[in-house]
Amino acid sequence: MLIIEDLKAAISGKLILKGISLEVKAGEIHAIMGPNGSGKSTLAAVLAGRDFAEVTNGTVTYMGKNLLEMAAENRSKEGIFLGFQYPIEIPGVSMVNFMKTALNEHRKHKGLEPLSASDFLKLMREKKGLVEIDSKLTSRSVNEGFSGGEKKKNEIFQMAILEPKLAILDETDSGLDIDALRIVANGVNMLKRPDNAAIVITHYQRLLDYIVPDVVHVLYDGRIVKTAGRELALELEEKGYEWIKDHVEEN
Amino acid sequence: MEKDQDKILNDVTSGEYKYGFYSDIEMEQIPKGLNEDTIRIISGKKSEPEWLLDFRLKAFRYWQTMKMPQWANLKIPPIDYQEIIYYAAPKQKVSPKSLDDIDPELKRTFDRLGIPLEEQKHLSGVAVDAVMDSVSVRTTFRETLAESGIIFCSFSDAVREYPDLVRKYLGTVVPYTDNYFASLNSAVFSDGSFCYIPRGVRCPMELSTYFRINAANTGQFERTLLIADEESYVSYLEGCTAPMRDENQLHAAIVEIIAENHAEVKYSTVQNWYPGDKEGKGGIFNFVTKRGLCRGDNSKISWTQVETGSAITWKYPSCILKGDNSTGEFYSVAVTNNFQQADTGTKMIHIGKNTKSTIVSKGISAGRGQNSYRGLVKVLKNATGARNFSQCDSLLLGDKCGAHTFPYLEVDNQSAIIEHEATTSKIGEDQIFYCNQRGISTEDAIGLIVNGYAREVINKLPMEFAVEAQKLLQISLEGSVG
Repeated sequence: MLIIEDLKAAISGKLILKGISLEVKAGEIHAIMGPNGSGKSTLAAVLAGRDFAEVTNGTVTYMGKNLLEMAAENRSKEGIFLGFQYPIEIPGVSMVNFMKTALNEHRKHKGLEPLSASDFLKLMREKKGLVEIDSKLTSRSVNEGFSGGEKKKNEIFQMAILEPKLAILDETDSGLDIDALRIVANGVNMLKRPDNAAIVITHYQRLLDYIVPDVVHVLYDGRIVKTAGRELALELEEKGYEWIKDHVEEN
Repeated sequence: MEKDQDKILNDVTSGEYKYGFYSDIEMEQIPKGLNEDTIRIISGKKSEPEWLLDFRLKAFRYWQTMKMPQWANLKIPPIDYQEIIYYAAPKQKVSPKSLDDIDPELKRTFDRLGIPLEEQKHLSGVAVDAVMDSVSVRTTFRETLAESGIIFCSFSDAVREYPDLVRKYLGTVVPYTDNYFASLNSAVFSDGSFCYIPRGVRCPMELSTYFRINAANTGQFERTLLIADEESYVSYLEGCTAPMRDENQLHAAIVEIIAENHAEVKYSTVQNWYPGDKEGKGGIFNFVTKRGLCRGDNSKISWTQVETGSAITWKYPSCILKGDNSTGEFYSVAVTNNFQQADTGTKMIHIGKNTKSTIVSKGISAGRGQNSYRGLVKVLKNATGARNFSQCDSLLLGDKCGAHTFPYLEVDNQSAIIEHEATTSKIGEDQIFYCNQRGISTEDAIGLIVNGYAREVINKLPMEFAVEAQKLLQISLEGSVG
């Protein structure tokens, strides 16, 4: 589904991603862990098409297409969803209007008729249950006045509506209490299908108690320095990122 | 991003001005230039009574002693008042009684503008006074409205048919000495709308005036007088467009509103005069004095404006809250794109007791547009219990435009409660990216964000026009990303 080869990217001339290779297959959940500043969020931004990071080398192939040539909105319509670490507020734009516009753009891309207002509201009601999001929130402006946890739930809610092929969750667990964490993780698990995949970016192991990854990668200083099964997350939790640092320096 | 921004900014003018066409209509014009004879000719063409000619001449003599105001945050090129034609009218019978008397080309023009002159074709529940250049072409639903005692007609007809009413109210809210452009208008005004809602009547339909400038080198100086008698209600809307021309054209109008005890007037404007091209060439100078007098107790006047057109806008729809418990409201969205300039806002003058005013101003600047909010809240000595809430927001798209806020407060009564909030924001790249990431294109994202920003004001418009205004906002900002 997604093949990244020797990807390098810089922000304002400073190299952040220093050659990343990675393959995600349909049905898999990959976790990317790493200390602050290792390049986790930059990787997510590059994949989603945010252009503050300049790609200087490498290729990214998504469903057989050159992802790096696609505009951000087309990546979305082709099934890539980014759960934001810091979801953005858009005052005055209701969640209903926002998501209806987004979903109908996706439908147009697939050659489908736009959903009527009543059908859309029905869909919203159905998906709301999935993430246990308060009805009050979906009638408000996009993320405006939402608490940190509500914003994150709202990301999963949007994901549930758009049903992406590849979900990239950028530190969705940060700032969540244990209940919110469970709800967010349940949402992700319920959306899992054999034909879609997820990349879960996280600083801590605890999210992986709820979302069980097939593969865990450790990102350090712009490189993937270790890849293994889910036991790697536990080992990392136990030994801390210092262990990785030592490991890297040894090699 | 820089490159994209430049590209998109260059596409700004892809949003073509839809109403820039010119209609070839046989016109009657007087020679250009302005002197007492000009005024006598205009007055004579309308067979006006002596008192009205006197009013005009007094105004003209006063205007000659005045200087163009310089205080606005606008760069206004010099205007040569002798180069303007002050009267231009489509040749036709004076106030045609039947549609068949109207030049088919005129009918076509208003059809193209989406303002059919046939009543049965029109938006249900909206009566229109259609004004082209210096005269009213037709007023629809006049007879229907007359059944409830409502007078809705052109200003010229009102002078002929209801001279006492006009004489009683004309200039009582905006005196001919008020300001430079008001004095000019009082001297040379040619037509406009007149409306009287009798006591206890709720006007059964939206009333509206549609202003069209068509002839070249002319100025449009219309005058609207709206009187809501005790316990009456009316919602009124005006719209305006003009052909695309390289020369600037002057539009200096006056609107006077009087609300008696328990009367309520909602006055909405969707201003879409030709804004000039992307280099700043041409466009309308829109210098307008609008003022409402809440004369009666518990009366209410509410101004809503969506200003997307004009090269330069200079207008401050205001409320004089004279009656006790009276309410004034001002809701505004003003867009300046390319080289447009706007200095707009309101005055809320609290005179009566327990008077209330609300100001919500949303400026949007793009391209090299300059947008200023200027507002006065004045509480007089005896205005016990006055309340004002003002909110002035500015939104910037791009880094070559400007937003300015000039709030003035004059409070002479200790019991007044005045609140003022102001914000300036840019449409953030992160907001646009958030939309992009959900599959929404940058153009659509801007439309969504701007309409969200302006929603509070748009919601105040009558429903049919709210949809139009949303589209207009999107078109006038097409491509301008920041």
